[in-house]
Amino acid sequence: MQTVLSIAVDALAYGMVLFVISIGLSVTMGLMRVINLAHGAFAMVGGYCASYVAHAGFGYGIAIVAAMVATAIIALPLERLLYRRIYGASELTQVLMTIGITFCVIGLVNYIFGPTLKTVPLPEALRGSVDLGFRSVAKYRLFAILCGLIVAGGLWYLIERTAFGVRLRATVDNANMAASLGVRTQIVYAASFALAVALAAFGGVVGSELLPLEPYYALRYMVTFLVVVSVGGPGSIPGALLACLLLGAIDTIGRYLAPEYGEFFFYLAVIVIVTLFPRGLAGRLKKQ
Amino acid sequence: MTAISQPAGQSFNRTLSGLVGLAAIVGCGVAGYFLFPDNLALLTRIVAVALLVLSLDLVTGYCGIATLGHAALFGAGAYGAGIAAAHFGVVSPLAMTGIGLAAGAVAGLISGVVLLRAHGLAQLVLSIAVVHLFHEAANKASGWTGGSDGLSGISPDPLLGLFEFDLWGRTVYVYAVVLLVIVFVLLRFVVHSPFGMLCRGIREDKVRVHAMGASVHGAQLRMFVISGAVAGVGGALNAISTQVVGLDSLSFTLSAEALVMLVLGGVGSLYGALIGTVAFMWFEDVVSAANPFHWLTMVGVLLIAVVLFAPRGLYGSAAALLTRGSGRR
Repeated sequence: MQTVLSIAVDALAYGMVLFVISIGLSVTMGLMRVINLAHGAFAMVGGYCASYVAHAGFGYGIAIVAAMVATAIIALPLERLLYRRIYGASELTQVLMTIGITFCVIGLVNYIFGPTLKTVPLPEALRGSVDLGFRSVAKYRLFAILCGLIVAGGLWYLIERTAFGVRLRATVDNANMAASLGVRTQIVYAASFALAVALAAFGGVVGSELLPLEPYYALRYMVTFLVVVSVGGPGSIPGALLACLLLGAIDTIGRYLAPEYGEFFFYLAVIVIVTLFPRGLAGRLKKQ
Repeated sequence: MTAISQPAGQSFNRTLSGLVGLAAIVGCGVAGYFLFPDNLALLTRIVAVALLVLSLDLVTGYCGIATLGHAALFGAGAYGAGIAAAHFGVVSPLAMTGIGLAAGAVAGLISGVVLLRAHGLAQLVLSIAVVHLFHEAANKASGWTGGSDGLSGISPDPLLGLFEFDLWGRTVYVYAVVLLVIVFVLLRFVVHSPFGMLCRGIREDKVRVHAMGASVHGAQLRMFVISGAVAGVGGALNAISTQVVGLDSLSFTLSAEALVMLVLGGVGSLYGALIGTVAFMWFEDVVSAANPFHWLTMVGVLLIAVVLFAPRGLYGSAAALLTRGSGRR
């Protein structure tokens, strides 16, 4: 029973961290139709920023905000100069361009900050564990779960209930028509790209305890994020949430019960799910 | 062969260009042997990877299937040949190559069956999942594959019983170039055969080919098996030349690098695949020797530059320039 509970909490926390990072990728892939393999690189940049800000003596909250702002500022010129050229290009082109960006980021981070592991020190309030009556749970994991829920709710509200969300959805459905109705699509694209990258940075900071920050972070988790988004169905918040929780659970259970198999079960599950639902979990929901 | 449907002059032209290409490969092979006698191991590695890139070109360039998991087929060939040598005492290099070919073909069949279930993004993700699955399986079955330590104890017999594999890798280099030439000639027949044309038609317009009554799925799957056989030969060659098989031959990184080489050279042409491999591996060798820290950054910049400025790759862009030039004259 104890094991089951601790696996459940770990799986939930891991799934939520995956969700916070991947949902940004889901936005770029579903709404802007760009396979952005450099998403993990942005999460890593966010984590590095937060690490340096936090070690400079500022608080955890300031570190998170600084990471999100700094990463968005770094990403916007990239959107303008590089990404805008591959909107609507073939998958192969997009994959190559974004792998190229990832390689550049890894190389530069490795050169500037060195190959060592970076940490974001947790504030006093998030250390230790909290007693839930029947057993105690690490506060950090509850915090990660809470962050995931807040991001899911906030993003849903932004896309479904605000004026920006209306413009975004209109641009996605038909960019030319939206532009002729007075929506400045370039700005919508830039803003949603910045949002996606800021979410990646947020996830990179919050998840730094579970996904350790080092220069090859971008390459190591690149595939995981891509897989999660495609299993969930690009552009769908509930789909991504479901996929993250499901795959997070499979991965965590696999690690606990059969660690010698590595990520075997994770990828086996991916093959099964993608074969059954080629358009993602959410794609099946929409069709019916 | 396909002369029935084409004017004889074109067929003659193609034979001529094939012979010129063949002469260029043999010429480069001989030049490499005499110019870089101390670097034959690297050259052999280039030939092995060139076989992988050629096989990727069959699938990506001729069938239009983007895959990030092609190293699975290469690794299957390498492990097939390696396990046959280390566990079953099959140490004749020709037999090892044959086993690698068969193992690669089987892996091609498996990965083709899985990949062809989906399209677009889902297909890309499936290919990644397949190569990771192969990787984890090889890691787990360490009794057979040596796990993360790599599979050692491969000592091939002299080639044809005559030529000993020497320390400088001369024999294996000659063997590699001969294999490459044979594979190249066979692949030229394949891609110019009616079957190759059908695959190109599928890349251009799948629905139309289907409406014409051809089996899209069947043709793609057959191409996957052929591609697997070629990659398997490359893997076996790598096993014979380095006498060790590591998990890196089944890695996502190798798959991604193969795709980068193919696009660098030019998708959809056998020459492009060869030129891309040589250019990338040479670049890798020079830059990583000069400055290992910036190696990855340089590759990244190179990739972005290719996508922006030479989307058809080195060979494709050069060929386009040449035809434009001759058209003007």
